[in-house]
This record gives sequence, structure tokens and C-alpha cells, in this order.
Amino acid sequence: MLYLPADAIRNSPVTQDLSIILVEPDRDKANQIVESLADAGFARIQVISEASSLKRQIGALDPDMVLIDMANPSRDTLEEMAVASQPMDRPVAMFVDRSDDALTSAAIEAGVSAYVVDGLRPDRVKSVLDAAIARFNMFQRMRIELAETKRALEERKVIDRAKGLIMKAKGIEEDEAYALLRKAAMNQGKRLADVAEALVESAGLLS
Amino acid sequence: MKLARLNIGFIPLVDAAPLIASAEMGFAEEEGLVLNLERSPSWSTLRDKLCFGHLDAAHMLAPVPVAGALGLGGDMAGLEALSVLSINGNVIGVSRALATRMRAAGHDFAFNDAQSAGQALIGAMDSTLRIGVPFPFSMHAELVHYWLTAMGLEASQRVSVHTVPPPLMADALRAGEIDAFCVGEPWGSSSVEEGVADLLLPCAAIWAFAPEKVLATRAGWADDNADLAQRLIRALWRAARWVSEPGSRALATELLSRKPYLNLAPEIVECALLGRFSISARGDLRHVPGFVDFFTGAAGFPWRSQAEWIGRHLAHRFGLDASLAIKAQSTFRSDIYRAALGHVAHDLPSASAKVEGAVTEPLAVGSVGGRLILPRDAFFDGRVFEPSPA
Repeated sequence: MLYLPADAIRNSPVTQDLSIILVEPDRDKANQIVESLADAGFARIQVISEASSLKRQIGALDPDMVLIDMANPSRDTLEEMAVASQPMDRPVAMFVDRSDDALTSAAIEAGVSAYVVDGLRPDRVKSVLDAAIARFNMFQRMRIELAETKRALEERKVIDRAKGLIMKAKGIEEDEAYALLRKAAMNQGKRLADVAEALVESAGLLS
Repeated sequence: MKLARLNIGFIPLVDAAPLIASAEMGFAEEEGLVLNLERSPSWSTLRDKLCFGHLDAAHMLAPVPVAGALGLGGDMAGLEALSVLSINGNVIGVSRALATRMRAAGHDFAFNDAQSAGQALIGAMDSTLRIGVPFPFSMHAELVHYWLTAMGLEASQRVSVHTVPPPLMADALRAGEIDAFCVGEPWGSSSVEEGVADLLLPCAAIWAFAPEKVLATRAGWADDNADLAQRLIRALWRAARWVSEPGSRALATELLSRKPYLNLAPEIVECALLGRFSISARGDLRHVPGFVDFFTGAAGFPWRSQAEWIGRHLAHRFGLDASLAIKAQSTFRSDIYRAALGHVAHDLPSASAKVEGAVTEPLAVGSVGGRLILPRDAFFDGRVFEPSPA
């Protein structure tokens, strides 16, 4: 599926004549990235949301640049364009842009990868990438926050279960059980959640 | 001793076993290392993270460092291979439609004869054969090209090779985007499980001793961090020995299946380690002893001749000067491997290159500390590859 974010084009302040493809299955995410690029003055952006026949879709659109999330497994399919091995491939090879090490490293950090056509001016690549990196960094932070929240929630569950086991085994109250668990963690130099998990796992063996 | 921490990337495949076992079974700790294993979504992302120093080392397709030395795949920073992590381990599968036609024409799906499987495939295919492989620079691509070219199929005209990420291979087959695939386990078995493919051949039937994955680092990293590199090689060597023991199989399967690693059912992961495959939805079983090997016959030794074989074929495919392949030999660091294991392994070869494909029966050869028996390494068409003098 392919769609043109028409609003983004209408709202863009200056239209820079560079055609960009964004490969992104998540529509909300895609729209946000397109918006940031439009704010930076890049409006000729098309979004490919489906992995199937990715290479053919890109070939047909003939872009100057392709952006893809590094977490997307379909990125390897794009590598094929960087080598253009088959005679029927489109003649203009795309390559992973590595003209600016610091910029590429920042892109890797943010989790975005850019493929550009040979001969594209480095300053133009940079302005697209700067906008994309900022947006991807935000996604990255959101992803980490979500994972952290999930982990904290799971850890609390395990600690509660461990407390329950100690209360039952020793016939003590909840705060006493918690104090015991914390002491054990401190003595072993481990995290509370890890000690709790070990206890819950071992208890599973005994039950 | 203070433990040194290494960030190592891997792709969720059965042949990441030595890395996973090394981290989980204490082999890394024995060498004073903590391996922080990071799962990667794609080979290109793994390569980029390694090239730009976000990782210290990585589980890598054997041809990737060689391709870099040939200047293929953009201007990627030089990589080198410190050891071979696995030998063989890939399967070729065909769509149900192709399989039905091949069966109707009398092919037995014996799963061991590349010649007859190739003939049957060529007889049953449409005007072009579209084959999915995981990466442009992979043993999958090299072996498919080698096989079909030797069978007389003009690679560029009648075969088109497409890059498809392994977890999406079954989808691509179902959607009719490809007719066949060559992929590492467990993705072949899981395509059979999903009812979209029949398995035709293990790649070992094309080349009996093909270097599949290597431990890759940035060029120069192992020279600058010689001690760390040697400890890592030793930890992986011990882990590979452990994984190869029949008694470890159940635990190794369980480790690999875990969520941070392959995150797949143990029954699917186990196929490769046992070499037992269900090759069709009808449940036809085939046994391939040593389907994937981590240890036998100095499996971990990065032979310079392996790098040159890969280099020669890459150069040929991409129209480059064959002499570049000789230069690519040095991406396989047999010198570092030998320095790391000199006092540990009893079967280190005394040579760094060998004639590839000449061993048709297990053969005793010269080694540093004892006895090395080279396993069969023949090509299906009986050709041999003579490396250039280094």
C-alpha cells in the first residue's frame, strides 16, 4: 500500500525538490516522521507500509533517498539495491550513506538508516537525516520508557509473589517478609527483583 | 579478576548457539568475560553497529568480511573473521506447487543428492526461478549460485535471487513472490510447519564443509585488543565443544528457544541440532547427521582458503578482478585463532590454507599438538579449489 500524505505537502513552508521514500508499517509513526520532514522543507515523501515486493515498489518510484527504521527486518532487502547485482535492476544504485561518520553514528544511535542515490549532495542528505534523527530519537525514548514501565510492572508482580511465599512459609506479616527479602538482596549484592525471581523459580520446583 | 564486558550482536538462528552457550553456561566467565548479547533484526543493522563501534563483535555471515575486502556493499569499514562459528546448517526449500510437480515427475526428495534434486528442480520450474536468500552476501547466495551454475542453469538469465529476511520467507512463498528459498534453520522447518514449503536439500549436499557464520570484528580490533580477542575465541571454542556433545543437546535446545534468543518452540529449534527434518506437510522424515557443525575437524579454524573461495565466487558474480580474492584471504585471521588456542586445542592445523573440496573420506593431516582429522569437504560436482600461495 502506498499513500501520499497530502496535508503534509500543503502545510510545508518551502518545498525542496528531493524525493524521499519512508518505509514504515506503522501509520501513526509514518505520519509523524513525514510531518517533521515537511517542517524541514522536504515534502516529496512517499510512504511504503508493506514489506512485500519492497524492491519493486522502490524501483518504480525512483527516489533520491530511502529512510527505514533499523529495527525493520526488511532492511536487508534494501541492501540488495546497494549492490545492484542483477542486470535487470535499476541502474542507479542506492548506497548506505556513510559520507559523514558522526552523522551516521548518530543515525545508528537513533535507529534510522538512510539509503541515497549516488551523487546526492552531502548537505542535502544531512538536512533530511537531521530531521529524521530527531524524530527517531523521540520514538526510541518512547520505546525505552514503555519497556521500562513494563519491566517495573513485571518486577513488582514477582516481588509480590516472593513476599507471599515468604509470608506463607514463615507465617509472618507482609512488611516483615519484604524486609527479609531486601536484606537477602543486600547481603547477596543483587537486585531485589532478581532475588525475588530466583525464589519464585525455586519454589516452582518444590511445589 | 574483574570481568571485561563485550557487546556482541547476533541474529536469532540455531547457529548462534556457541555465543549463547558461551554467555549462559559460564564459558565466557571462565575467561573473565561477560558477554552482553544483543539480538539484531537484520544483517545490515548488525554490520553497521559493528562497523561503527556500537558492538565489539558479531555473529556474521562468512562472506560479509570478504565482500568488504572486495569493496562490495558500499564503503563499509573493514571487518575480519576471528573464528568460524558454524559449518553448514542451511536448507533449500521449494513451494508446494513446485514440490508437487517434482514429485509427479518422479523425484524422490531423498534430501541428500544435489545432482538429482537440481535436475528435478530445473525440470519443474517455470521460465525463471525466483529464490529467496537472507542477504546478498551470504553462503546461501554463493551455494545456490554454485549449485545451479554447475547444473547448467544460466544464473543471470533464468534465476533471480531475492533478499528476504528469514522470518518473512514463509510469507514471501505464500504470497507467490518467490518459488524457492535457501535459509538457515529454524526457518526452513518452520516454513514446512506452516504448510507453505517442502524441503529439497540441506546445503551440505552442495558443499560438505561450508563455513557458514563467523565471529566478526572490526579490522584491527583483535590486534589492538589481543588479550580480549583470544579470551573470546577460547570461550567460544569451549562453548562449541559443549554444544556438540550429544548430552548437551536438550539443554542447548532449551537455551536457544528462550525469549531473548530465538523465542521459538523447542521442537522447531531441535530439528537442526538433531539433524532430523520433517520435509513436507505429510510428515516425511529425513536424517542428516552433522547437519550443522560447531566443532568437528577444527570447525572453528578460519581457513584462509575458505575466504579465498568465497572471494573468488563473489568477484566472479560481481565482475571484479579475481586477484582481489587473494587479498581477501587475510580477512580470515587464522594467525589470531592459532595464538588463542595453541595451548588448548589438540587439533589445530599446522597450515592456514587447504585445497577445498579434496577430502572425500575423513583424512588425518598435520596438526600442531596432536591429531586432526579433516571431515569430508567435497563439492557435489567433484570440483576442487586450489588456493593461491599466500
